[in-house]
Amino acid sequence: MSTIHPTALVQPLASDGPPTLAKQARTQNGHRPARTEPAAVRIALTLIALAFLGLFIGLPLLLVFVEAFKRGFAAYVAALSDPDALAAIRLTLLVAAISVTANVIFGLVASWAIAKFEFAGKSLLITLIDLPFSVSPVVAGLIYVLLFGSQGLLAAPLQAWDIKIIFALPGIVLATIFVTFPFVARELIPLMQDQGTAEEEAAISLGASGFSTFFRVTLPNVKWALLYGVLLCNARAMGEFGAVSVVSGHVRGLTNTMPLHIEILYNEYQFGASFAVASLLALLALVTLIAKTILESRLAEEEPR
Amino acid sequence: MSIDVVNITKTYKGFTALDAVNLHIPTGELVALLGPSGSGKTTLLRIIAGLEWPDSGEVRFDGADALNRSVGERNVGFVFQHYALFRHMSVFENVAFGLRVRKGADKLPEAAIRAKVSELLALVQIDWLADRYPAQLSGGQRQRVALARALAISPRILLLDEPFGALDAKVRKELRRWLRQLHEELPVTSVLVTHDQEEALELADRVVVMGKGRIEQIGTPGEVYETPATAFVHDFIGESLSLPADVRGGRLFLGERAIALDSQGASEGPARLLARPHEVDLADPAQAPFFGKVLAVRTFGPIRRADIQIVVPSGHVVVEAAVPFGEGLEIGSQVGLVPRRYRVFGAQA
Amino acid sequence: MATATASRFTFRKPSVIPGFGLTFGLTLTWLCLIVLLPLSALFLKTSELSFDRLMVIMSNARTLHALQISFGLSLAAAAINLVFGGLVVWVLVRYDFPFKRVVDAVIDIPFALPTAVAGIALTTLYAENGWIGSLLAPLGVQVSFTPLGILVALVFIGLPFVVRTVQPVLADLDAELEDAAASLGATRGQTIWRVVLPTIWPALLTGFAMAFARAVGEYGSVIFIAGNLPGVSEIAPLLIVIRLEEFRYADATAIASVMLLASFVLLFIINRLQHWAESRGGRGR
Repeated sequence: MSTIHPTALVQPLASDGPPTLAKQARTQNGHRPARTEPAAVRIALTLIALAFLGLFIGLPLLLVFVEAFKRGFAAYVAALSDPDALAAIRLTLLVAAISVTANVIFGLVASWAIAKFEFAGKSLLITLIDLPFSVSPVVAGLIYVLLFGSQGLLAAPLQAWDIKIIFALPGIVLATIFVTFPFVARELIPLMQDQGTAEEEAAISLGASGFSTFFRVTLPNVKWALLYGVLLCNARAMGEFGAVSVVSGHVRGLTNTMPLHIEILYNEYQFGASFAVASLLALLALVTLIAKTILESRLAEEEPR
Repeated sequence: MSIDVVNITKTYKGFTALDAVNLHIPTGELVALLGPSGSGKTTLLRIIAGLEWPDSGEVRFDGADALNRSVGERNVGFVFQHYALFRHMSVFENVAFGLRVRKGADKLPEAAIRAKVSELLALVQIDWLADRYPAQLSGGQRQRVALARALAISPRILLLDEPFGALDAKVRKELRRWLRQLHEELPVTSVLVTHDQEEALELADRVVVMGKGRIEQIGTPGEVYETPATAFVHDFIGESLSLPADVRGGRLFLGERAIALDSQGASEGPARLLARPHEVDLADPAQAPFFGKVLAVRTFGPIRRADIQIVVPSGHVVVEAAVPFGEGLEIGSQVGLVPRRYRVFGAQA
Repeated sequence: MATATASRFTFRKPSVIPGFGLTFGLTLTWLCLIVLLPLSALFLKTSELSFDRLMVIMSNARTLHALQISFGLSLAAAAINLVFGGLVVWVLVRYDFPFKRVVDAVIDIPFALPTAVAGIALTTLYAENGWIGSLLAPLGVQVSFTPLGILVALVFIGLPFVVRTVQPVLADLDAELEDAAASLGATRGQTIWRVVLPTIWPALLTGFAMAFARAVGEYGSVIFIAGNLPGVSEIAPLLIVIRLEEFRYADATAIASVMLLASFVLLFIINRLQHWAESRGGRGR
């Protein structure tokens, strides 16, 4: 539900696009085209919009980096090389690697079933895959506590086998997979549906097996969309806070991911260190957005003509 | 390789796409499945290919059951309606695909694949486009790639689904002749689906006219045009002039008036009389079997046509008749019509 | 492969493409394991509570306040985003200005920036000694650690939902519509009010509902700036966490069930809105 369809971001190009603020003054006879407003209105609206964006988005982003380097570069490096910080970074990378892999496999499998076949109940299945988008992260964490926690439904068998899920890595991974569940599938399903099944039928009529059809025809056709999904999935997996917070137990150096580490440092008034770790995640967000912008032009190529 | 379709029936959710269809296509023939949309022609083609399965019936290639073989095992070349070219592969790789996915003993060495693909690209006259991608090609060029790709697996049956449907009129005509030539050069049996009668009549050895899941007529282009087996075929192929009539006691009536035309053995009861506009002569209204009021006369190039309103029991119908040049027809005047050649079909036909 | 009689199976349309059973089975299994079974655990746990117990939990003043704060402020934040998000879309689609592509990309920051990072950044920004907070303090306005802070955080995370939902619809809007309205004598204001706005209204509402749904469940960016004073600035997701830490599982479960039900209802509404938006978009083209 929260994903943006790639084509949504394609802007009309300048040729017959919006009039520039400067151009408007030169229209003939003082009459402006029917499709736009007086220059003063346009400038005012633009400035209000930019001020709003600056206030709510630009400043917070800038502040992360300013605060991170406030006490100098040495303090920044020290904050990041703290053993607990390093442990948090390692854990975050591990959790993201596992959950992104799981979601890529699931995304490919689900989109093959959904996009290449006609069956009853398809739209219900798509809705269910989207469901985690609309569940509060805290609720997402809670459901695993209710299932696997010390008072959970499966507490007895887990204790008997000595398996620890809550307050341990498996719980963090499960909660992360839950909140990122739809990311890859959501990018692939609409694209593969638009692409149809003709190319697969052609490959099979030429003697290709199901697997070689998938790897030689289907997968190359959606590679950019897949990468796009992986990117968004990874950003969310590394940054997830609420769900992970509920299942993690906050054990320093053991079950603290980067966002949780940021919280602990912040609550201990170690603002510099907190923002230092936060700057890494902010950087990840920026890189993700840049890569996403670059990918969007590639995505347009995959849309069927 | 000959194709036999025996008693094929196929339904989709209560809609009968094919209703006990039988068809024999001898080796080396080029057959066109012609019909309006929804007539079941594409479904029949896809069943022959193995892209769909019938509810009942048989498909035989050279007498051997084909239904127990998958599309990959049937070795048919299929040209898809919108070509279905692999968009991320070059023209060369598209054509090579069928050779590259072979396994084990069938796998050709790279050099042999390259030679075969080059040969095919030369055959379809696009060898200079080998490194392009489908998005960079014109419609006609894509069509040729699709054909070369289908031919790469050396099929003995070539199936084409509306092969010229997406092309503009000029390219369409050009490719049509070229496809006919290609068929002559190759040892294939070809089946082509089209809704364009001109295409079917010009291209095919035999035309299979289909309507509502049934075969209406099988015959040479001349046969289906000259001697349509049913009213549907008469209407669908060429221009038709149609009049409602009745057959009573073996004689033809228009309302209560007996008409001096042969009922051609049509069944008793309501019937239709069909004729080609250019095979109807204008005559004195008093002596012609039909007469009516001239509503309009149109001339386009060498052709001249008149709209004539004829009174029938249910009201009136307007038919179009050819008018010879030099014949002066006054709008509003009465004119008689004498069909030189015509067909009478009972309600069932 | 399939035989002549195999196509009698009616659950799905037969196809030559293989792998339906395998992929469909895996999809359903994984969906059940990760999403459906854990979610049903929540309802199972809730159903174990007696009705009286449930009523006691839900009528608790702290619970009611938390829900009120979450839903009320989310509604306010979504409304602010409806207005300013709409304005941002208009400017982005219709006008040209320097660094437009950068500005366009920046809209997605709230999607991409981890909520904890957004939380501490907004808190610091609006704290009494922060960049913005220090400007507001002399006016007697306190943002951080008040409900106003919650509102700021919820506006931040909700903005892209409105912008990204409306942007493609406005960009696709046939410019001839506006020319036609103008040629019929409508003023620019009338054209926007009576032609443009009704056309993008379904998309605006969809974006509004999405921003609202996201805000109701939001946790990470809010808890830092909220102050978390029970009854004043304590949001429902935080109360769930607190009850969990107090081992009051029944309370946590009950509140979570209410939130989950709310998200189902919102999901349904958003779904309807999207259908409406699509049918509206397809009209007259």
